[in-house]
Amino acid sequence: MVNYIIRRFLAGILTIWAASIISFVVIQLPPGDYVTAYIANLQSTGTVLSREEADALRIQYGLDQPIYVQYVKWAGLMLRGNFGMAMEYNRPVREVIGDRMTTTIIVSVAAIILIWALALPIGIYSAVRQYSIGDYFFTFLGFIGIAVPNFMLALIVLYASFKYFNVQNIGGLFSPEYLQQSWSWAKAWDMAKHLPLPAFILGLAGMAEVVRIMRANLLDELRKPYVVTAQAKGLSRNRVIMKYPVRAAMNPFASTIGYLFPFVVSGSIIVSLVLSLPTVGPMLFKALVAQDLFLAGTILLLLSILTVVGTFVSDLILMWIDPRIRHGMEGQS
Amino acid sequence: MSQQNAPILSVENLHTYFRQDEGVVRAVEGASFDLYPGQTLGIVGESGCGKSVTARSILRIVEEPGKIEQGNIWLRTSGSNGSSQRVDLTTLDADSQAMRDIRGGEIALIFQEPMTSFSAFHTVGNQIIEAIRLHQKLSPKEAREKAIDLLRQVGIPKPERRIDEYAFQLSGGLRQRVMIAMALSSDPKILIADEPTTALDVTTQAQILDLLRQLQEEKGVSIILITHDMGVIAEMADAVVVMYLGQVVEEGPVDDIFHNPKHPYTRSLLKSIPSILAKPRTKLATITGSIPHPYNRPAGCSFHPRCPDFMPGRCDVAEPKLQKLNERQVVSCFLYDNLPE
Repeated sequence: MVNYIIRRFLAGILTIWAASIISFVVIQLPPGDYVTAYIANLQSTGTVLSREEADALRIQYGLDQPIYVQYVKWAGLMLRGNFGMAMEYNRPVREVIGDRMTTTIIVSVAAIILIWALALPIGIYSAVRQYSIGDYFFTFLGFIGIAVPNFMLALIVLYASFKYFNVQNIGGLFSPEYLQQSWSWAKAWDMAKHLPLPAFILGLAGMAEVVRIMRANLLDELRKPYVVTAQAKGLSRNRVIMKYPVRAAMNPFASTIGYLFPFVVSGSIIVSLVLSLPTVGPMLFKALVAQDLFLAGTILLLLSILTVVGTFVSDLILMWIDPRIRHGMEGQS
Repeated sequence: MSQQNAPILSVENLHTYFRQDEGVVRAVEGASFDLYPGQTLGIVGESGCGKSVTARSILRIVEEPGKIEQGNIWLRTSGSNGSSQRVDLTTLDADSQAMRDIRGGEIALIFQEPMTSFSAFHTVGNQIIEAIRLHQKLSPKEAREKAIDLLRQVGIPKPERRIDEYAFQLSGGLRQRVMIAMALSSDPKILIADEPTTALDVTTQAQILDLLRQLQEEKGVSIILITHDMGVIAEMADAVVVMYLGQVVEEGPVDDIFHNPKHPYTRSLLKSIPSILAKPRTKLATITGSIPHPYNRPAGCSFHPRCPDFMPGRCDVAEPKLQKLNERQVVSCFLYDNLPE
C-alpha cells in the first residue's frame, strides 16, 4: 500500500513536469510574443516604438533566446519559488497573482461543496422516487441547468437584482469598503456573505450533472441483491437505502474530486468577468491576450498542480473508503 | 387441532401481480400451502414460475411495481403470555414496525447469490451485528460476541478473524455460511432459503444442505426451501409444493411426489432428473416447449401446450382447480376429475 502511494506520488510529479512543458509551449504557440502585443497596444494609443527599442525589450525579457533556453530558465525560477515578472504589470508574478489564487480556490471549493450538498440529496430523492412528480421536476431543472451557459445565468441574476431589488453591489466578492483592506475576520465574513451567489452560478451546470449521475448510480444499486438482504433483516426502507445503496452510489464521486476543480475554474472565466470576481480566471484571459509569458504560464501550471494534487487526494480517499481497492492491493504487494 | 400440528404459516390463494405499461405479469396466481413447525417444505418449479416472488410476498419485500392483489398470509406467533395468535401479513404495512419485527425476527431469508447479497463496503461482521441489534437488545460488544458465536456455529474457521473481513474475501461456501449465520441471528421460526445452493459447486452444496439440516434439528426452525433442483428436494424436504406459472399444481409429502406423482408436470420434472442407472448415451428427457411468456398465459390449464396428456376441448377451455386426491396429495388436473368421491 505504501508502495502504491509512493508510485502515485512520483507519477504526480512527473505529470506536473510534463504539464509545465506543455503550458510553456502552448503559450508560445500563437504568432508573435509579448513585445508584438505590447507594440500593437501602444500603436492603438498613438505611440510608435522603434525597432531598436523593441529589440531591447526582447533582450530584457529574454525573448530573443530559443524556446528551450527560455523554458530551462523559467523552470529554474519556478523551482526557486520565483515565478518571474508579469510583463504587463511590471511586477513579480507572485505579487500579481497573490490573493487571486486564494480567492479562486475559495470560490471553487465553495462551488464544489455547494454542488455536492445540493446535488447528492436531490439525486438520491430522484432515484428513490423515480418517475414521481418531484423526479420530473428536478430532471427538468437539471436539463435547464446543463443547457444554460452559466455566464448567461450570471447576467440574468445581475440584471434582475439590479432592476427589481435595486441591489447595487451584486458582483464581486467583497463590499467596496473591504476591497483595499488586508485580510481580517471582518473581511473574511464579508466574503462569506458574498460567496453563495457566485458559488451557485458557477456550480449550477456541475450540479445538474451530479444529480443525473447520482440518480443513475443509485438506480443501479437499488436493484442489487444486497438491498433485498438488508431489507429482509427488518431494517426500515430509509435506513436500508442510506446505509447500503447510497454508500455504493457515492463511491464514484470520490474519484471526480480531482477534475472537478479545473472544471469549475475554467468554467469561471467568463462568469468571473461578468460578476467581477477577483479570481485568476479573468487574469489568465488577459495574460493570454497580452501574451504575458510568465503570468499565463504560472497560472496554467498552478492549475495543473492543483489538478494533480486533487487526483492524488482522490486516489487516497478512494483507497480509504473502498475496501475492494484496499484489499485488492494487499493481495498484490 | 393441537397447537403443535397447526401450521405456523399458511399461504392462502396468494396473488402477486406486476402491473407494467406493457401488461400485467401475474407472477403468483392463487398459490396456497401450509408450513408446519419443524417441517421443511420444498417449493419446486422452473425459472419464472413464481417461487421467489412467493417468498418475497411472504416477507412483504416484493419489488415495485409488484403488489399482493389478493389472498392471505397467516403467520402464527407466540404472544407474550405464551398464547399463540395469528397475523395476516398482507394486512400489515410493508415498512411498518410490526412487519419489520417479523422480517428477520420471525422469518428470515437466505439467497442464491451470496456474493452480491452482501454489501462490498461493509464487513460481514458489521452486517451480522446490524441484524442482531435490530431484533435484540444487546450492546455492540455483546452483539459482536454473538456474531462470532454464530459464525462458529455455521462452521466458519477462525470466526474472530473472519468477522472483520469483507464478503469478497471469502469463498462462495463461506459466504453462504455467513448468510445463514446472519439469517439465524435472531432465532427466527421460519427460514426461507431461496435457491441456497444454486451458485455453489456440488461439494459445497452438500455441505450447506447438511448445515441447514443440522441447524434445523438444533433449533427446530421451519424451512421453506425454494429450488428447481429435484435432487435437493429429495434430500431435504418433508413436503413438496410444485409450482407452474404462479400456480400450485401439486402438493404432497415428498415420498408421494417422488414415487406417485400425479400431475403431468411433476412427472415431467421427475423424468428430467439425470439418473446414474440410466443407459449410457441416452438423451436426458426434457419437458417439451418452454415456459410461455408471462404476458400471454395460455387459456385454460396453463400447462396444456406442453402437457403429454393434453385433452383438447377440456384443458384449453377450463381451468382446473386444486382438489384433494387422498389424505395427503392435492393436485390440479382434469385427469383426476372423474374420480369417485
